[in-house]
Amino acid sequence: MSDTGIIPATFTGNRGLAIEEKLIFEQDSPGCCGVDLPEPDAVADRLGGLQRTGDLGLPSLAEPEVVRHFVRLSQKNYAIDTGFYPLGSCTMKYNPRLNEKLARLAGFADLHPLQPRSTVQGALELIETLSHWLQVLTGMPAFAMSPAAGAQGELCGIMCIRAALEDRGDPRRRVLVPGSAHGTNPATAAACGYEVEQIPSNPRGRIDSTVLKAKLGDDVAAIMLTNPNTCGLFEDEIIDIAAAVHDAGAFLYCDGANFNAIVGRVRPADLGIDVMQLNLHKTFSTPHGGGGPGSGPVALVKDLAPYAPLPLVVNGADGFRLIEHAVAEGEGAKTIGRLRGFHGQIGVFVRALAYMMSLGSDGLRQAADDAVLAANYLLVRLQDTLTLPYPGPCMHEVLFDDGFLHDTGVTTLDFSKALIDEGFHPTTIYFPLDVHGAMLTEPTETESKASLDQFIATVKALAARAKSGDAEFFTDAPRRAPRRRLDETKAARHPVLRWRRDHDDPGDVEGAAGG
Amino acid sequence: MRYLPLAGADRSDMLDAIGVKSIEDLFADVPVAARIDKPFDLPPHSGEIEVERALAAMAAKNVSAGTVPCFLGAGAHRHHIPAAVDHLVQRGEFLTSYTPYQPEISQGTLQFLYEFQTQVALITAMDVANASMYDGASATAEAVMMARRITGRDKVVVSAGLHPHYRDCVTSFAQFIGVKIVAPPPNPAPQFEGAVELATLLDEATACVVVQNPDVFGRLQDFTPLARHCHDIGALLVVAVSEVISLGCVRPPGEMDADIVVAEGQSLGNPMNFGGPYVGLFASRDEFVRQMPGRISGETTDIEGRRGWVLTLATREQHIRRQKATSNICTNSGLCALAFTIHLALLGSVGFERLARINHHRAVKCADALAGVPGCDVITEHFFNEFTVKLSKPATDVADDLADKGVLGGVPVSRLYPEVEGFENLLLVAASETNSDADITALVQALGDVL
Repeated sequence: MSDTGIIPATFTGNRGLAIEEKLIFEQDSPGCCGVDLPEPDAVADRLGGLQRTGDLGLPSLAEPEVVRHFVRLSQKNYAIDTGFYPLGSCTMKYNPRLNEKLARLAGFADLHPLQPRSTVQGALELIETLSHWLQVLTGMPAFAMSPAAGAQGELCGIMCIRAALEDRGDPRRRVLVPGSAHGTNPATAAACGYEVEQIPSNPRGRIDSTVLKAKLGDDVAAIMLTNPNTCGLFEDEIIDIAAAVHDAGAFLYCDGANFNAIVGRVRPADLGIDVMQLNLHKTFSTPHGGGGPGSGPVALVKDLAPYAPLPLVVNGADGFRLIEHAVAEGEGAKTIGRLRGFHGQIGVFVRALAYMMSLGSDGLRQAADDAVLAANYLLVRLQDTLTLPYPGPCMHEVLFDDGFLHDTGVTTLDFSKALIDEGFHPTTIYFPLDVHGAMLTEPTETESKASLDQFIATVKALAARAKSGDAEFFTDAPRRAPRRRLDETKAARHPVLRWRRDHDDPGDVEGAAGG
Repeated sequence: MRYLPLAGADRSDMLDAIGVKSIEDLFADVPVAARIDKPFDLPPHSGEIEVERALAAMAAKNVSAGTVPCFLGAGAHRHHIPAAVDHLVQRGEFLTSYTPYQPEISQGTLQFLYEFQTQVALITAMDVANASMYDGASATAEAVMMARRITGRDKVVVSAGLHPHYRDCVTSFAQFIGVKIVAPPPNPAPQFEGAVELATLLDEATACVVVQNPDVFGRLQDFTPLARHCHDIGALLVVAVSEVISLGCVRPPGEMDADIVVAEGQSLGNPMNFGGPYVGLFASRDEFVRQMPGRISGETTDIEGRRGWVLTLATREQHIRRQKATSNICTNSGLCALAFTIHLALLGSVGFERLARINHHRAVKCADALAGVPGCDVITEHFFNEFTVKLSKPATDVADDLADKGVLGGVPVSRLYPEVEGFENLLLVAASETNSDADITALVQALGDVL
């Protein structure tokens, strides 16, 4: 039974503060403009006959209309600022506002990347300082700072491995990836020309080291391991695995997406890891922004450091400088080249460094402790309600499966949609792939105990309801979100990927009237 | 520690509930040899005042471009950002949400991405666009990989006018997968003749040709004939645009029959940020949509028939396809794409076109003024808002001397091409709506003094 069955529909389709909002293209007010610009001086143009002609088709709106439009859109999003967002492996922790303030300092934000180096010493110092913090926290001797996000960091890492192996005259052919890995891992290995071979998990939710060792051979370039892994567990055989990988002449890549669990407590270098990306938007609190921008600095052992992508920051007697091009000898001679324009996600670096300085050596460790504490608290309080595929203790996230929904007619997806109605963001669902109906739950350290308790109570109530036979409550959910379930099959079968003036809009409640 | 809501009693209560004595028990799976029990050699936690002081001190060691006349371009451009843009992107509902995996509570992000895709398609004159890439340079590399998938061919012809950072990304991405790159040497001649030369390099093994408009030296070119050559031989034309404002008054790549268009979107809504984060635009034709990389927002309806949006065509992507995905990209540039979308919504057709014309006219004025400086020849004939000058002295020295005089006068071409002999005296000069007449006068005077 939906709301509309109980509450009469409104004329507008709006529901109080939940206001329907058309596309900007449907709000065209010809003659309006949201920016006042002077008519340019009359000068003979030098476009060489390549003037654009015809209307671009962009709508005309005044500033108040634009502001209202995007405020209304914002109100249709769930966010960390709104509530509990336990999206596993994404580390949806609080994003401090100090970081935003500092990233906007003109001395960082209003810098051109190709200014003379005498005018950007502070910016280069920022990159070096962040690199230093990351080196201390990981124990790794070098960082490639330029990768634009975690996935690009993975690409950087595997490319460095390949370049090092080719340098040895031994390029090799295969990369081993656990079945529980993020999809970016196999996609990255393939993008570097490697065949991907999957390694299963053992009954303890860790990589099966026996299978792994059996697959190691002289054509294996690397293994990509996530630690803590995507089941929320520490790979407790990692030191032994690293030794085996090294004995086989291969490299150990660690996906550092889950570094938040161990920062300040464990140094990846001490685990035998050769290369690892860090997602600054996860562990170091920079905003996820609806899907970026991220930043993915890559830790490199000594043997891989010479292959780091350009540019490199060098601290010399006469200050900081950048190496922006491959050179014949010395630093930069063996680089894999460039992965993006200019120098790195500087705006993200400022935020991450502000966060690290705010928490400091003690606070970063406390944050990891609290994240692990919160996840284990959820594990223990919910283990008799939901089902645990692997026993704890877990690290910063806890994995449940859908065993508790057996014979209820309710799926993991349905259960998640009911959580939406209760005011929570669902957990990561159906990932990792090797657990049935996975619910990967990462509370992070920035939730209060009251918030965790409310989530626990809600999940218990929902689970009881599912077991009571009220499947429809779940299969119909969500009822109270800005939209009910959306038809993804239709979207994929008949893709409508942009607005067109002549496009007939079946869902438009008010007809075609403009704003 | 202001970001941590657990208080002392909470921690001990939670440990009790878990049934362990101390937090260390929860790290029992970590090998003993790898446990660190003493604090790391880093400063302890700090209040806002201390952190502000430390980072403000670093920022103060830089010369921010807004405090001096700034004529730097070459793929990053200084433009005015309307106040509403930054206010809106800081709304927590945009700032602190993630990839819209749960569409019912992510319609704000999904709808603006659909608007972004539409805007990108319109300004490039292409059929369809994705929900953004990291930046223009990496998007160019992704475009080459896409052309390779579509054509099943492995040779790529790269124009000498392509920004060297873009070219280098293509080279890096291609180095381990058997792609052969053919790249003629750069040449800053007044008019770009490269299209003719590029056409001679095409053959039946060619996946695509990558060109840039305006190119790295600022020159404009009609690539329609090159597109015809490409299509005749079964190759694709990839056009990169490193200054997106140009699309407000320059004929767009779609009207030159480009197959894939990539662009750097920073100029709309995003500060220069010393090089990042930026936002890559990626547009193509309908027929190639299933080979595109990245997220795409698509329209659909909910079970009550109301219009809404979802991430769609996910079978291209790494989280579904794994090693068979079109790209490994996951997180992209959502918030930068939002800033782009808001800025372009404020401008509209009229504002965008006028902004572009202002940029062009400032550049023409600047070029005319510099042409009168002894020892400075403007060598680009047709350009948008950036052009190349040949100086009587090495451009790196001149740029440093100008900086000492408080003018960021241009980008030395040798900074982009240190390996090319004969480029030492070339300087790229870019102008925008932020450059006043007084800025141009200051540049002319300072350059006259330096030369």
